[in-house]
Formats: sequence, structure tokens, C-alpha cells
Amino acid sequence: MSNKDTIVDVPTVNKIARLSRLDIPEANKQSLTNDLNNILGFVAQLDEVDTSNIEPLASVTGHKLPFRSDQVSDGNIEDLVLKNAPESSSGFFVVPKVIE
Amino acid sequence: MSELLDLNLVEASKALKNKKISSLELTNAYLKSISDTSSLGAYLEIVEDKAIRMAKESDKKLIDGTARPLEGIPIGIKDMFCTKDIKTTASSKILENFIPTYESTVTQNLWNDGAVILGKLSCDEFAMGSSNETAAKGNVINPWLKNKKMSPGGSSGGSAAAVAARSALAATGTDTGGSIRQPAAFCGITGLKPTYGRCSRWGIVAFSSSLDQAGPLTRTVSDAALMLNSMAGYDQKDSTSANLIMPDLMNYLDKGIKGKKIGIPKEYTQDGISEDIVKFYDKSIDLLRDEGAEIIPVSLPHTKYALPAYYIIAPAEASSNLARYDGVRYGARQEASSLDKMYELTRGNGFGDEVKRRIMIGTYVLSSGYYDAYYLKAQKVRRLIKEDFENVYKKVDYILTPSTPTTSFELGKKQDPLIMYLNDIFTVPASLAGLPGISLPVGLDKSGLPIGIQLIANSFDEPGLISTARVLERSIGFNFIADGVAK
Repeated sequence: MSNKDTIVDVPTVNKIARLSRLDIPEANKQSLTNDLNNILGFVAQLDEVDTSNIEPLASVTGHKLPFRSDQVSDGNIEDLVLKNAPESSSGFFVVPKVIE
Repeated sequence: MSELLDLNLVEASKALKNKKISSLELTNAYLKSISDTSSLGAYLEIVEDKAIRMAKESDKKLIDGTARPLEGIPIGIKDMFCTKDIKTTASSKILENFIPTYESTVTQNLWNDGAVILGKLSCDEFAMGSSNETAAKGNVINPWLKNKKMSPGGSSGGSAAAVAARSALAATGTDTGGSIRQPAAFCGITGLKPTYGRCSRWGIVAFSSSLDQAGPLTRTVSDAALMLNSMAGYDQKDSTSANLIMPDLMNYLDKGIKGKKIGIPKEYTQDGISEDIVKFYDKSIDLLRDEGAEIIPVSLPHTKYALPAYYIIAPAEASSNLARYDGVRYGARQEASSLDKMYELTRGNGFGDEVKRRIMIGTYVLSSGYYDAYYLKAQKVRRLIKEDFENVYKKVDYILTPSTPTTSFELGKKQDPLIMYLNDIFTVPASLAGLPGISLPVGLDKSGLPIGIQLIANSFDEPGLISTARVLERSIGFNFIADGVAK
């Protein structure tokens, strides 16, 4: 992750935008690419740190994910679940047609 | 009116319980102050009717002797907390019409203890920012040097500005990399980020789940203790919530610090830190020594790598958390002929530039082929940063640092995202280690802007953090008031 200046180019930015499901206007792509390169260049400092034999840290508390019994704790709130949906019908979320 | 606004939370609570004032009077004074200071832009939503209704209920309880710890205290809520039937936008266009059907645990805890809601406070969009300028509806203005239009800091900029301008007696905030402590420092107030796991994250709009913590922004250390007493607590609905009882922090206000050891990390006095901040940092060290603390130089060797590690971990988690804004279940939708196009347009139009940058960075560092080089590497460095703290806490009880490298800056002056990130250089390390930290005001710089000093305690030592912060607060005697307060 070194090579500070051009870590990502516009085609790579297009690919990341696609993976992120973000529509980026053509006119903004170069400046976004520059911003991303600056940030990725900055974080590349981590290359200096020797992390051999270091375990990654995902949770600071170190506690294990608690389990609960497999019982229904709420429900029958269909109207609340759908309340903020941009479009719903007959108890379902509605999306644009997926299958041609 | 202004005498009511002069009371801090602890004083107001006492006056309410002694029936010297009523919650309705106090709440009305704050509602008026909100309208008098509306040019600061701290509030996104004011819920006057609800505030008055809650104040009247509190007055009944105060009279019949069933008052709860925060009975009748009017507070503001950062717009990252879901509030049932009250619009919650996280300062984002994508949530501009979102009305939660449920209440966050932290806010519910506050209402259960008698607090009165005034409204929802602006913040950086999805809490991503350090100046409150990424808010969809525009920045908040710092009440200090009001006419110069300084940044209140961020992301809890609305919360900090409201407490400093006395348009809320206290406010909630969230802190992922400094979002409570940095705005508290910029606005001359107290801001406390608890240990990760102390406050439930349930019902808080998620940004970076391994870092996000709720905490109070208040006028004094005692006020912060009283607020956190109510906010904290185990919650089954948050799998990372700590199943530990926090002792009543009000019992720790006057414990003193005789014989306590305070570490001064050499890595926190780097180039670029303002001279005035160094001066007040040195003064704070001297005062704590005079109060009986032993001052010990320490080293946290990986400090320099905290910010780069943070700017991999936080965007990675954000890109995953923000995948939920898909225009299907809630939030705005941009219509399109295909599902994919609908997602892309909805998200492209609904998110602001900084949020999009972070989603892009996060997606990149998690993508196939880069995951190990960036994300796993950052998680390994995170462990080294945590171990630095663990080693130092074998020798000392608390660590004292400046809260920020500079005081507030003029709105619109920092355009480069990377320069903006440097604001959090002193707050991010404790966030990555999950440690509790508090920023309190210790003085003003040459231009009259507040300076904050940060104390960091070991995990779950909020009681000790409060005792120590209280000693510093008392000995420094900061008693300046922002010029932007309601007169």
C-alpha cells in the first residue's frame, strides 16, 4: 500500500463507486480520486509499523458475544416496520421490477 | 430569565427539588433562549409542546415527592439518537424525513430519570466530521467570538454550541474519534466519552460500531457525572454493552487525587500544537502536582499511528453500516427504472461529500485483495495502541493530554479533508483503545477562544476520571462565558 501519489485511478474509483452503490457525477470523479489518494497516502504510514506476530484487534472489550435463548421477544409490528418505507403495498416493501 | 439560565445542572436540580423554581419556568427559559440564539443553528428540531408537557409532569413529581435524578431538567439530544415520533436525521439528507418508531436506550434512560427534551441538535452528517460543516442543513456557529463565525467543532457541534450558549442545560453526544471531546474543547464546556460498552448503542444511528460511544456535554464535571449516571447501564439489546454496574458518580466528586499518579505522554507535545495550549497544559500539570498528584513522564510510542489506523477502521465500519440506506426500508428514495440504479441514485444524492468519501475508502480497504494490507494491518496497529495504554496504566492512574492541537478555527477555512482529520489527533488514540476520556475547559487563548485539556482513565474507571477532572476544574477556576449566550 505504498506509492503515495497514485494508489487509485479513475477506473478504480468507478469500480469502488459501483461496489458502494454510489452514483458519482462524472465532473466530480477526478477530485474524488485525488481526495482518496491523499487519504490512502496518509494511512500508508502504517507500513512503517512492524506487526509481525501481532493479532488483529476487533473488539476492545474482549468479551464474547452473548447468547440469548431463541425466543420471540417482540413482533406483530408490521405497520411500524413499514412506516418509514418510501413505498409499500399489502405488507411488503416495494422496489423497482427486478426480473424482466 | 437569565438567573434561571445561570444555574448549572446540579444547581438547577437542587433548586427544583427545593421548590425554589419549577420545571415549567426553567423549560420556558430554555425555550426562549433557543429562540434568542437561533442564529447559531444548533437545533434541527424544537419540540416545544412535548417539552412543556414533560416539564408539567415533572413539576407534579417534584411536588408529590417522587422526583427522579434528572427531574425537570431540560436537555438537547444529538440528532444521532433515535427519538420516537420525533424526526431523527443524523444531519443527513438521506434521513431528512425519518421519524423513528422507537426510542434509543440512552434517551429512554434519560426520560425514565425525569429529563425534559427540548429538541434535536445538529451534528456533522452521520457524525463524520470535526467542524459541524458536513451537516446537510449547514454548519453550527460557535457561540465564542460569535461574530467571527468560528466552528463549534464536531461532530457533536450542535450539542456543544447549545450547552455553551445556554440553550440546553446539558446535551447528549456521540464520540467515535473525538466527537464529544473536541467540540467540548472548542466551545469551552465539559465533554465526557465513557468506556466503550458503558452506554448502550441501541437506537443510535451507527457510524463505526467498534468505536461509537454516547456521552454527555455539560457545563461542569459534576453535571457530566449526573448525566452519565442516567445514560449508562447494561442493555441486552446491544451485544457490546458491558454488564457492569457503574457506581454513583456523584459520590466521587470530592475524592481528591492525593497520591494518584498522572502520566504525561511525550508524544502529545508535537510540532503544530498551539503555544497557548502548551502553556495551559503545563499550568494544568502544575496544578495537579500542587493538589498532591505525582506527575510521571510516560511514552505511548504508537500514538503517531492512531490517526491512520482510525481512518481505515472507521470508514471500513461506516461503509458496512451505511449499506442499510438503500431507499427501500426507510429514508429518501430516488426513483429509477432498475433496482441497482435506484440504489446508486438514492445513495449518490442522499449522502454528502464527506460521507461518500468515507464509504469509498471503507469499501476500498475491505475489497478483495486489499483487506489484509489495510484493514487487518490497521487492526493489528490498533492492538499495539491498546497495549501502549495497558503498559502505561501499570505505572500511572490517569493520563493528561491537550484535547486538541489548536483552538477553534473559522468556518470554511479548512477545505482539505486530511487537514480536518488532524483535529482528532489527541482524541483518537483513547477511542481506539476504548478508554474513557473527558475534556474540560482550562483557559482562553490570545484571541479569546477556549482551550480544552483531556484526562484519560483506564477502562471503566469513570469514577476516578470524575474525581481527577473535578480537582483540575476546581483548581483552574475557568469561569468565562461565551459572548453568544442569550442575554
